[in-house]
Amino acid sequence: MTILWTILALAAGTYLLRLCGPLLHSRFEPSGRVRAVLSASATVLLCAMAAVSALTAGHGFAGWARPAGVLVGAALALRKVSFLIVVVAAAATTAILRLLGVS
Amino acid sequence: MLRNIGAVGAALGLVGASFGAIAVSAGQPAWVPLVMSLAVFAGGAQFATLDIVLGGGGAVAAVAAGLVLNARLLVYGLTVADVLALRRPARLLGSHLLVDQAVAFARAEQDPARRRAAYFVSGGVLFVTWNAGTLLGALAGRAVGDADALGLDAAEPMVLLALVLPALREAGPRRAAAAGVAVALAAAPFLPSGVPVLLALLGLPLALWKTPVPAGGAVSAGKATEAAPGRGTELRAGLSESSKHSESSKFSESSKLSGPSKLSGPSKLSDSSKLSEPSKLSGPSVGEPR
Repeated sequence: MTILWTILALAAGTYLLRLCGPLLHSRFEPSGRVRAVLSASATVLLCAMAAVSALTAGHGFAGWARPAGVLVGAALALRKVSFLIVVVAAAATTAILRLLGVS
Repeated sequence: MLRNIGAVGAALGLVGASFGAIAVSAGQPAWVPLVMSLAVFAGGAQFATLDIVLGGGGAVAAVAAGLVLNARLLVYGLTVADVLALRRPARLLGSHLLVDQAVAFARAEQDPARRRAAYFVSGGVLFVTWNAGTLLGALAGRAVGDADALGLDAAEPMVLLALVLPALREAGPRRAAAAGVAVALAAAPFLPSGVPVLLALLGLPLALWKTPVPAGGAVSAGKATEAAPGRGTELRAGLSESSKHSESSKFSESSKLSGPSKLSGPSKLSDSSKLSEPSKLSGPSVGEPR
């Protein structure tokens, strides 16, 4: 049963984190400058998430296959290829590299 | 936009399926991944928490790790707060849909109504596909096979990177993101997961430095920085050279710093070589309009 309480505690905490922004917003209207900073911080966080999840596994390097797949997908994304193809190409590249023995 | 949302939804459905399959394969009853996907609805935190629970790390550590990973949601919540400025029931329900991808879709739009539509449609679609994927994965269990062999672990970073690419056209955020990525990757070997991503915010001052943030015109019209495409092109033409320059010097600096401190030698070197990824990527798109 601990697992249920673990899940519920994580869910409650996560929901509160989500709710903070919208609740604060009803108290004060952020200025243009604050909004620009928030927009930039979302960009920074999204990039950091992408980089960390592409390159690391736990505390170590994720291996070459995953970042190589992401790199192929990113090259396609820059050429305005459709999203689904981008994601499939990334996964396929990673899968093929692993099949060839590249971790 | 709908096609893109559908594609991201499908991709995350696959990641959800691997989450369900991993949990069940490790001996958890099927309701564990299901309840988690419904109630938590945050991929990274779910994987991290499950990992610690399965490893016998204890409930407190598991919850703490998940919450640290999700702390970024607080910042996202502030970013898209205008989208959720609704009556109470809609705000309370809508807040649960706050995930990286929904934020990325919402901020790609400037018109308030379209922002809101993008947020709710993408959040709703992702909620459905994530949970449907988890259900299928939990039912199929081991039959799904090795998610890594299918390369599914590349799907999540790919989705995030593709969604954030348009925002990297602007020099300020691009500089900040490049520095933030460098900090996060340098910290990743040493700090608990989730913390490095938060540390990336240290790169934020670079978004303002030397960049004339449009504090007047565009913003007072109620629009975010991205809302000034004309001004953006001017900036791009003027700043692309110098910003590229400062980025590359920053990269070499940080790789020098992080290089020797890394423990497991050759494999770690690739981190720093890959640091330039976002800047390389944004390079061609910067040159495009010229």
